[in-house]
Amino acid sequence: MNHYVIVGSGVTGVTALHTLRTMDPSAEIWMVGDDPHGFYSRPGIAYYLNGEIPENQLPIFSKKDWKMLNVRYVKGVATRLDLQKHLLEIDSSGALKYDRLLIATGSTAVPLTIPGAGLKGVVKLDDFEDTRHILSLARHANSAVVVGGGIIAVELVEGLITRGLKVHYFLRGDRYWPNVLDEKESRLIEHRLVEHGVILHHQTEAAEVLGKYGKVVGVRTTTGETIRCQLVAVGIGVKPRMELAKGAGLATERGILTDETLQTSNPDIFAAGDVSQVHDPQSGKSIIDTLWHPALDKGKVAAINMTGKRTTYNRKVATNVLRLAGVLTTIIGAVGGGVDDDLVSVARGSSETWHELPNTISLECNGDVNHVRLMIGEKTLVGALVMGDQKLSEPIQEIISLKVDITPIRNQLKPGSPLGQIIMDFWSEIKPRGKVREEKFIAYPRKQGTMAVD
Amino acid sequence: MGIQISLNREYQRREVLVAGHVVPKAGRCVQCGICSFNCPIGIDVRRHVWLGEHIESSQCLTCGECIKRCPRGVLSFERTELFKKGD
Repeated sequence: MNHYVIVGSGVTGVTALHTLRTMDPSAEIWMVGDDPHGFYSRPGIAYYLNGEIPENQLPIFSKKDWKMLNVRYVKGVATRLDLQKHLLEIDSSGALKYDRLLIATGSTAVPLTIPGAGLKGVVKLDDFEDTRHILSLARHANSAVVVGGGIIAVELVEGLITRGLKVHYFLRGDRYWPNVLDEKESRLIEHRLVEHGVILHHQTEAAEVLGKYGKVVGVRTTTGETIRCQLVAVGIGVKPRMELAKGAGLATERGILTDETLQTSNPDIFAAGDVSQVHDPQSGKSIIDTLWHPALDKGKVAAINMTGKRTTYNRKVATNVLRLAGVLTTIIGAVGGGVDDDLVSVARGSSETWHELPNTISLECNGDVNHVRLMIGEKTLVGALVMGDQKLSEPIQEIISLKVDITPIRNQLKPGSPLGQIIMDFWSEIKPRGKVREEKFIAYPRKQGTMAVD
Repeated sequence: MGIQISLNREYQRREVLVAGHVVPKAGRCVQCGICSFNCPIGIDVRRHVWLGEHIESSQCLTCGECIKRCPRGVLSFERTELFKKGD
C-alpha cells in the first residue's frame, strides 16, 4: 500500500488528494493542514470582507465530500522533513511516514517592516482568519490606511469602504498597478475608487505606524504628514511558504524549484501551487503563479506523477478575471512590464508572466464602459486586457492560448478600427469545430471510505 | 382578470425555462459561492460549476440572479433549443 502525504489543504492539496484517491483507491493518504478552516475559497474571502457572502459560504466541501475522499486529516504545522527516513514531523502530532510527499503550502503575505508594524490594527488579507480579524477591528474603527498594490490592496480598499470606514489608499508612484495596467486603465480604476469615497494619496509612502497602548492611532508618511486611523491594511505581495523545503535542503529560489513534472530536487518530494517555481521548457524560465486555476492544474499533475505515472505540467496562458473597483477585468498573458513600487513581491492572484512583455504593439478600443487592450506580436496575440463587457474575453483568450496566426487580420488591427467586430469575425472563422467543452474541475470518487480527523 | 395575469406570467416563466438554462465557464470560477448564496430557491450553483455541469435543475427559475451576481462572469444563459418555434 502506498503512503502519500499532502502538506497543505488549499485548492492544490485538495485537487492532488482527489487525483491520488481516484488513481490509487487503496492508498493511505494523509493531509496536513495548518489553516483551522481547512479547504475554502481563498479568493472568496474578499467577498466575505465586503459583505457579499457570509462566512459559512466559504467552505467548499461538505463532511460527506471529505468522507468520500477517504483521507486522514491532521490539523497541524509540518515542521521538518527527514528525507533519509521518509518522515514528516508535525508540531504536536508526532511524525508521518511517506513514500511520496507533496508540498502545497501556498504563499503568505509579506509583512510590513516599518516601525510600528507590529501594533494591533496592522492587518493583512491572507486567509479566513485574517478576514474575521479585520471585520472585528473594523467594527470599532472609523478610518483606515491601505498600503500596497495589485488585487489584494484594492480588495482591502473596497472591503473597508463597504464596512463604512473612511479609507486612505497610499500609492508610492504616480498610479495604481503600473506594471500590469496602462495609464488609462489605472486612472479608470482610481477614478472609480474616488467615486466610492476613497482618498487616494499618490507618491505617498508610510514611514511609521503610530500607536497608543499597543494599538494603531495613525500613520506618518515619508513626507512628514500624519493621518489618523485605527487600521492599517497591507497588501504588498506574497511570498511562497518554503520553510519546510528549505529546512530539508531542497532546491529553492523565489519558490521551491521543480521540473515540469512538479518534482523537486528530491525524487520523492513534489511541490505545487503558489509555493512552486516551475520550470517551463518553452521559455526556459522557472515561473511563479499565484492563480487559482494553475494551482488546481499543478495539484493534479503532481499527484499523477506521485503515483509513478508520468505527465508534465503544460503552462496555460496566465489568465485571471477580477473585479477591480467594480469593473470586471480579464487579464490574459503578457500585458505589462517594469516594476510596481507598491509591491515587494508577486501579488496574490497574479502571474509573473503578466510583466514579461516582449516587443509588441499595444492597441486599445474604448466604449463608454468597455475597454480592450491587445498586445500584438509578430504573428500572434501575446496578451490582452478586457474591461467591462466580457464578450471578447473568451475568443481573445482562445486566440492567445492556441497561438493562432493572426496574419489575416493583423493589418486591420489599427487605431480606430472596429476591434470587437474584427476579433469576433476572425474567431468565428477559425475556432475549432463544435462547441469547446468546458473543462470541469474534478469529479468525486464513487467509492466511499472514511475520514479520520485527528 | 387577476388569474389571467398570473397565468400569463407563469406561461412566460415556463417559456423562458424551456428556452434557456444557466451554463458555467468553470475556467473562470474560484468557488466563492456568491451564486449559491443568491439563488432564491437555494440551488447549489457553485457545486454545479465545480462538477462542470449546466444548471438544468427543474427547480431553476432562470431568474438570472446568479449570473448577475457572479463577480467573475462565470455564468451565462444558453438556449436549450428543446422546442424550436414551429415544431
